[in-house]
Amino acid sequence: MAARPIHPWPLRLMHWLNALALVIMIGSGWQIYDAHQLFRFTIPPSITIGEWLAGAIAWHFAAMWLFVLNGLAYLVWGTASGHFRRRFLPLSPRAVLRDLWLAATFRLPHRPGRYNAVQRLLYLGVLACGTLSIVTGLAFWKPVQLWWLSDLLGGFRETRFLHFAAMSGIVAFLVVHLVLVAAVPKVLAPMITGGRLHEESVP
Amino acid sequence: MSSDLDRRRLLGRALSFGALGLLGGCNFDHPNHPDLADRFLHLLSRWNDRVQAALFDPATLAPTFPAAAITRPPRFNAYYTIEHVRVVDGALWHLDLFGAIAEKRPWRLADFRAAPQASQITRLVCVEGWRVIGQWSGVPLGWFLRRVGADLGARYLSFRCADGYHSSIDMASALHPQTILALDFLGQPLTPPFGFPLRLRIPTKLGFKNPKSLVALGVTNRYPGGYWEDQGYNWFSGS
Repeated sequence: MAARPIHPWPLRLMHWLNALALVIMIGSGWQIYDAHQLFRFTIPPSITIGEWLAGAIAWHFAAMWLFVLNGLAYLVWGTASGHFRRRFLPLSPRAVLRDLWLAATFRLPHRPGRYNAVQRLLYLGVLACGTLSIVTGLAFWKPVQLWWLSDLLGGFRETRFLHFAAMSGIVAFLVVHLVLVAAVPKVLAPMITGGRLHEESVP
Repeated sequence: MSSDLDRRRLLGRALSFGALGLLGGCNFDHPNHPDLADRFLHLLSRWNDRVQAALFDPATLAPTFPAAAITRPPRFNAYYTIEHVRVVDGALWHLDLFGAIAEKRPWRLADFRAAPQASQITRLVCVEGWRVIGQWSGVPLGWFLRRVGADLGARYLSFRCADGYHSSIDMASALHPQTILALDFLGQPLTPPFGFPLRLRIPTKLGFKNPKSLVALGVTNRYPGGYWEDQGYNWFSGS
């Protein structure tokens, strides 16, 4: 075996489908937020999707199928293929602190196909935020049929704040993610082509 | 919904979209010529109607609340502002019945007052994301439909209002025990802004599916749509 892809094709496909779903979910979600704001700020309509509330809701509840089904496929694939185990584990607070310090002093190397402890933490964190966004979204959408879920999350209004918090976590991740891709542009091509990983660099 | 005129002007562009506009291809501004994105979103919205109908459990009750939780003052909401509320004369008012109903004799206010009453303190959730809690009482819709000999196997109930608003719901939701034709709010007759003399109160659906100041009720198998539904809001809009 001379080489295998850094990112196998199912991962690349799901990555870009998720990117599309996230853009629509977040953009339309911001428009929905503006219809009844939780905080003292309005999200500029120019960066929202849907033009008005009905359009935004239609987009949100269309893209949710892509987001959820793609996310489920990713969970099944990641577990079955060993991707999660290989890429995200082990993870310890000590390793996170060590890699954070290395990153802060610009000594953290980029190793293709291998995530450092900070990356592992961030990826697991954004997966948790994605899951929270779906659970809180369901509870806010169906507070009668799924009353138990609504109660479990603290109540109707609380689920909306939690939904907003989950979105904020995802957006914060995306900012870091995009800044890092801009800083290390060579990581972009393998997410499209797959790239080639040589055996000696595999953990 | 607010009465924002800009919003109403968007009637034809209900489902057109902002930041992703470039992906939509041709962007017709007329509702009779929906663009590709509009068609896609309508298709998904119909699919979501079916999913919600499957998710709807006739036995699951909407949460009820103690009297102390009632929102005061109640929040007015319509497609116009409160000073444009049409005042109905209760003495002349009657509810017309149409469609698959055996006894189409119109019902007057006294007929509804003489019928069995049910009371509820429930949450009204607006599609915009806010909610209010109120106490409504009136005639259970399921009782009324059986009383007038409605075809309970029909698919839709259609509602028409004094102000031109209209909406429709599915039969299963209509027969839910908490779905009532409300006469009173907080033990007093409904006031004109809140639906005098008779409104639908259905806590298993969003606020805009609770039409006020009803003047006609029909049972039909032909999809009746609604004021907001026709502009792009999801039809089932279950809670």
